[in-house]
Amino acid sequence: MKLTPNRSLQNHPLAGWSLAGPAIFLITLFLIVPFILAFTLSFTNQRLVSPNPTEWVGTRNFEQLLGVGTLVLEPEKDETGALIRDDKGELSYPRVREFTRNNAEYPQLSGKREWLSWNWGDSRVYVLASDVVFMKALGNTFLFVLFVAPIQAGIALLLAVLINQKLKGINIFRAIYFMPVVVSIVVVSLLWRFIYSGQSGLLNNMLGFLSFGAFKPVDWLGNPATALWSILAMSVWQGVGFHMVIWLSGLQTIPVSLYEAADIEGATPWQKFRYVTWPGLRNTAVLILIVITMQAFSLFSQIDVMTGGGPVDSTQTMVFQAVERGYGQQNIAGGSAISVILFLIVLTISMAQRYLTRERNR
Amino acid sequence: MKKLAVLAGILAMSTAPAWAQTELSLWYHGAGNPTEGEILNTVISDFNASQSDWAVKLEQFPQGAYNDTIVAAAVAGNLPDIIDVDGPNMPNWAWAGYMAPLELSEGTLDGFLPGTIGTWQDKVYSVGLWDAAVAMFARKSVLEENGIRIPTLEQPWTGEEFNAALETLKASGKFEYALDLGMNDRGEWYPYAYSPFLQSFGGDIIDRTTYTTAEGALNGDAAIAFGEWWQSLFTNGYAPGTSQDPADRETGFIDGKYALQWNGNWNALKALEAFGDDLLFLPAPDFGNGPKIGAASWQFGVSATSEHKDGASAFIEFATQDKYVAAFSNGLGLIPATASAAELTENYKPGGPLAVFYDLSKQQGTLRPVTPGYVVEALEFIKLAADIANGADVADTLDAAVDAIDADIQRNNNYGF
Repeated sequence: MKLTPNRSLQNHPLAGWSLAGPAIFLITLFLIVPFILAFTLSFTNQRLVSPNPTEWVGTRNFEQLLGVGTLVLEPEKDETGALIRDDKGELSYPRVREFTRNNAEYPQLSGKREWLSWNWGDSRVYVLASDVVFMKALGNTFLFVLFVAPIQAGIALLLAVLINQKLKGINIFRAIYFMPVVVSIVVVSLLWRFIYSGQSGLLNNMLGFLSFGAFKPVDWLGNPATALWSILAMSVWQGVGFHMVIWLSGLQTIPVSLYEAADIEGATPWQKFRYVTWPGLRNTAVLILIVITMQAFSLFSQIDVMTGGGPVDSTQTMVFQAVERGYGQQNIAGGSAISVILFLIVLTISMAQRYLTRERNR
Repeated sequence: MKKLAVLAGILAMSTAPAWAQTELSLWYHGAGNPTEGEILNTVISDFNASQSDWAVKLEQFPQGAYNDTIVAAAVAGNLPDIIDVDGPNMPNWAWAGYMAPLELSEGTLDGFLPGTIGTWQDKVYSVGLWDAAVAMFARKSVLEENGIRIPTLEQPWTGEEFNAALETLKASGKFEYALDLGMNDRGEWYPYAYSPFLQSFGGDIIDRTTYTTAEGALNGDAAIAFGEWWQSLFTNGYAPGTSQDPADRETGFIDGKYALQWNGNWNALKALEAFGDDLLFLPAPDFGNGPKIGAASWQFGVSATSEHKDGASAFIEFATQDKYVAAFSNGLGLIPATASAAELTENYKPGGPLAVFYDLSKQQGTLRPVTPGYVVEALEFIKLAADIANGADVADTLDAAVDAIDADIQRNNNYGF
């Protein structure tokens, strides 16, 4: 009997499923099931360690995380009604804690703390949050993504263009730029802790040497003003090689004939990049932007190893808080709620990016 | 088929002594420390040889991952028979139903240091073969040169005296910092080493009369006074902060970068080798409510899911013999749990170079709050101590910690109090 094409294994209706099966199974086991669990648990008071039964608490975890309020305070006045100013001429205000702790007149502010504040005329406006640490984590995470995504993608593209040349020994440079990606991020973080060390760190010593001693040593990870930026710089350096390789693969799909045509037309190198290379990298760019954004949102290991969220919450991030709460504080429900919020944020941003970078000319 | 059966029979007979003994699993936090493992293995092989009912089998974990391993195993229902547990964590595990009370014979724990016996709701759940203590490491020559009084157990430094000493040492200009507190180690070291300062000021991590709130204890006047003093250590430049290089913590005092070091007895032998007779182990300063140091170290306990609690307890009782207590002390520099074991040791026998730690532990040792909520309270203390050191507002930081601790206690129905 002749074997018809329908009967071959490749065309069997189950062939597709059996090929996709392992991936579907693993994705279900490690992504979909945990997410459904996290989503469910975020509406309970589930603990990691507890003999108490789990109870439904509705949206309490989310209210606790996202609750905000505002408070406007008038400056303090003396008996004559004049404003009190300190030595520097600054106005003084009552302490926020007097309104948010055990104050029956402001029940809606109970338990909230100062998140942001600014002056409005003589008054001072406070934005209060139920969970300031989470709010700072949220802010830091967005700041990190906002800077890492363009910087890392940009440097990676620059490197990719540089190493996409037919020179002798170019593979050595490719290896050098790619090397940090291969080393575990935990190891990299430990090493960079030494580099950033405020007392005798490599970076301080090098800057001091280059500036003939004029540079004053900075405690890079111990100073709230520099800690997050230090981690950002290190993260960009560590991840840039990976994206460089993706750009490189994109570059190599661009037909050489296009460049030859451009040369005949007498295009400058910039024109070649602008009108040949960049349009050819369109799909690669979309991929890289989405991958970097998602990776940046999951910032965790560097924080855990290098700063633990400090100094004074300047390097808190959402994933770090999720882990800290879930395992450290044994509050699985709280950690799950953060994960769900993070998931929704990343999903929204990815979909927005997808929409903005869609193919329009069809 | 027949051959196979014969073979199985021979194999079974040849391993007969082993299957007569029921296997007990033991999980331990000491991976990475070969001396510790060696001593523990001696205890285990002695125990296995001493009777024919039980055979203990050891599995080691790195300390950093140990607690998570136990919790994960408990959630998955895979706990071993015998576990070791850090003293202050025991109430949490006992409350959660991971641990069972020990079945020890009468009098086993007579003469044990108070910090080595883990009691929760009037039952003994864990026992330590050693305790740990912290002291102010100092050099006699340095103190004398700078005209600083050498404090004694009977007459420790007062708070003012201590601050004045730090100022003098800083002004001498010979040291990078007057005092090394070990701020790089943001783990259990923080509440263990620093919360006794808070207690000496008159505050506490939690109100120990009820164990249901931290209000007043952690944000009262005494706690604020502690917080302001704590912050001044860093704003005045007396001590390196949270970004301290771990290598400096290891060797800074020995290299002469730091004049004083707040450190544990487990690091005493190294310093002793470097300075010999010049080295002093000074008691904690008294900030008004007596000098205090932390107590309770790692202890052994039995898991609640063990099918052989009698065997597990028998092993723990076996391990409490003086010779093993002394062996751990000699090998690791730990404080032996009993006076009779101390006499068998090099360092802790009366007149020994580390004997002062035994007295410190006995006189000043203060348990961290004995409550299942300690796990979260410790994290909050770590955060507030680090934040205040890094310049956060003292009163606000303490209030925030109180709110977080109280919220956690409420979420857990007062932890059974």
